[in-house]
Amino acid sequence: MSGNEAIARGLYEAGVRFAAAYPGTPSTEIMEEYSKYEGVYAEWSPNEKVALEVAIGAALAGEKAVAVMKHVGVNVAADPLFTVSYTGTNGALVIITADDPSLHSSQNEQDNRNYAKFSKIPMLEPADAEEAKEFIKLAFEISEKFDTPVFLRTTTRVSHSKSVVSPADPLPYKDKTAITYNAAKYVMVPANARIRRVEVEKRMQLLKSFAENFSENKMEINNPDIGIITAGMPYNYAKDVFPDYSYLKLGMVYPLPEKLIRDFAARVKNIYVVEELDPFLEEQIKAMGIKVTGKEIFPYTNEFDPGIIQNAINKLNKPANLPTKNVPPRPPNLCPGCPHRGLFYTLKKLKVFVTGDIGCYTLSFLKPLEGLHSTICMGASIGMAHGMSKALKEKGKGKIVGVIGDSTFIHSGITPLLNMAYNKSNAVIIICDNSTTAMTGMQEHPATGYTLLGEETIKLDLKVLVAALGIKNIRVVDPYDLKTTRTVIKEELTKDGPSVVISQRPCVLFKRAKTKPQKPLQVDPEKCTGCKVCLGLGCPPISWKKMEKKEGSKREGVSFIDENLCNGCGLCLQLCKFGAIK
Amino acid sequence: MVNNYDVKSILLAGVGGQGTLRASDIMCIVMMEAGLDVKKSEVHGMAQRGGCVTSHVRYGSKVYSPLAKLGGIDLLVAFEKMEALRYMNYLTKDATIILNADEIYPPSVNFGDIPYPDDIIPLLRINYKQVKEIDATDLAKKSGNVKAANVVLLGAISNLMNIPSSIWEEVIKKSFPEKLVKINLAAFQKGRDA
Ligand SMILES: Cc1ncc(C[n+]2csc(CCOP(=O)(O)OP(=O)(O)O)c2C)c(N)n1
Repeated sequence: MSGNEAIARGLYEAGVRFAAAYPGTPSTEIMEEYSKYEGVYAEWSPNEKVALEVAIGAALAGEKAVAVMKHVGVNVAADPLFTVSYTGTNGALVIITADDPSLHSSQNEQDNRNYAKFSKIPMLEPADAEEAKEFIKLAFEISEKFDTPVFLRTTTRVSHSKSVVSPADPLPYKDKTAITYNAAKYVMVPANARIRRVEVEKRMQLLKSFAENFSENKMEINNPDIGIITAGMPYNYAKDVFPDYSYLKLGMVYPLPEKLIRDFAARVKNIYVVEELDPFLEEQIKAMGIKVTGKEIFPYTNEFDPGIIQNAINKLNKPANLPTKNVPPRPPNLCPGCPHRGLFYTLKKLKVFVTGDIGCYTLSFLKPLEGLHSTICMGASIGMAHGMSKALKEKGKGKIVGVIGDSTFIHSGITPLLNMAYNKSNAVIIICDNSTTAMTGMQEHPATGYTLLGEETIKLDLKVLVAALGIKNIRVVDPYDLKTTRTVIKEELTKDGPSVVISQRPCVLFKRAKTKPQKPLQVDPEKCTGCKVCLGLGCPPISWKKMEKKEGSKREGVSFIDENLCNGCGLCLQLCKFGAIK
Repeated sequence: MVNNYDVKSILLAGVGGQGTLRASDIMCIVMMEAGLDVKKSEVHGMAQRGGCVTSHVRYGSKVYSPLAKLGGIDLLVAFEKMEALRYMNYLTKDATIILNADEIYPPSVNFGDIPYPDDIIPLLRINYKQVKEIDATDLAKKSGNVKAANVVLLGAISNLMNIPSSIWEEVIKKSFPEKLVKINLAAFQKGRDA
């Protein structure tokens, strides 16, 4: 099982029947797997803040609830997070944060262990799939015992690695739900919050002593010369290369078991703290006055592997001379027939500045499309377009476009769009409505008309919503139609006041697609002049082949379409002035 | 004392859509059935969109890390020819390399910005003794489906492992829908014979 499958299994075995989440790599499969178990309630919420609030509500009603998100999702959910730490949870509440060292598919590399300390919430960190399954159960036990939310932190390597897991029988589900009133505990006005604030510190003390005897804080004394303090996946990397050293493996990374750490320090000569990203354990251990080696020799950035740890401890600066060769890179690309392609091709031609957002369409910043010029976080495109256009005044007129995906718009684009109407913006916002959350693997959202559990539901009408926010200029285009798309965006750029263009066409991987893929296109090598215009689309099946120059001809090569990849979307056909594509 | 020095590491490297991860899944189940401890780790975030896909598979009596270190891979299987070069620094000195003759051009090659390397096999041969090229795509076509190229490569891999072919065949049977089993078993055999 993968770490994520094991977490889903662990939730089910622990008798957890309530989960809310917003997708995000590497966390997404947890919900996809969990939702398949019999009798569970699982939902995709519009964003992580809502997901956490939904889970808090379920816990308040007495349920064991879980909220699942990727590391940056916790930023979105941070507001309720810090205060649910005060109220406690009544039922039980676990928040799963999936961090992404090495930024395999994220916009930053934040270390969410810091959230545990900052919000005063205990955090467990498993090292592999089997542990992930067991730790989720322990997390719920701790939540129930101490009336506290509990974090479970996983990383890409834990979530997406597979290892042997032994499934157990699920605990029977006990319905403990009821309405209970307790204003002093759940109404966080200053007078009540001040009292809860003290409770939180008392709870931290109790958790600290709990950590001292926590079964998953494990000491292994082997060779006493070197002791390694570590947690999560780096434990496996270290064990791989140094199986004979002594270890203190922390299953709970916050709060730390001070006595246990001192005990370990007394038994070994030299201590290394092995942790990816921030010196989170190291700083706390150093603050105890214990001498350890950490970020002096280990990197701050990227995930580790066994070699990095081995070389750092053995003081090798460079790994042995290994043969290498530079090979052409293989960057990810929009799929053949992707509806985003036509839109960004048009935006590049219009020479506007595009504040972008996060989704598949972010890939269009790459050559040759180069149709997107900034990406910060989900929803940022709209606020930034507005800010830029206000700051640039006349200079920005007709030049600023914000582009956002449908799922991202629902996640955090609605309030900034309302702001644009309210504060009389001039920018144009384009919503790429491909009927799904494509980047993370085709999840449902409020505008798809289906829930995570596969039920049909009310379908959000983006046009009606946009109008309700106060936007007067609203247009809908099909990005497969290059000419109209260009004309419409151009018209909207010249207008006063904010405009919204909905670029509508389902993702080519969309499972409920009504239209079948068209027949693959072909290049007629006789008509092709080798002008390379079609290559500007950056479409995977289109390549260009050099040929011998013929006498009296300027042609140096021709385009070629790989019929196994092409799905006949017809963009290249619209661009070819010589009618060479059929 | 713990002994985990019998652990072997395999790296499967391919391009999105080639069935690289499917192949590594099958391989892991075979190893589990053969009574070994197995861990595997993969990077596939952007694979669907034509990027690189890699999968580390590590097996032995007790495996800790699902990820191999640089210079620690015993067997590299490149599902696309050029990908073999990308991960050379992962190989041990006496590593074995199996590569598919298939070439898939990335955008920079399509544009004519960078040439597709034409010295792949010689370059590998200078550094490593065991280099084997297989036209897996062609053998898969002959077995009845181009998509079975990944299973052809599994056949070639199976020759290097001390696991009875009956286990491989059983797992392959369970991994595909009924109507594709015959094609994949044929592909597996072609890979073994290649
Ligand atoms: C706060 C936060 N949550 C989740 C993610 C992960 N994520 C990146 S893009 C994306 C959704 C993109 O969907 P959409 O906007 O519809 O664009 P598409 O990929 O379909 O083109 C998600 C969930 C993130 N980067 N940040």
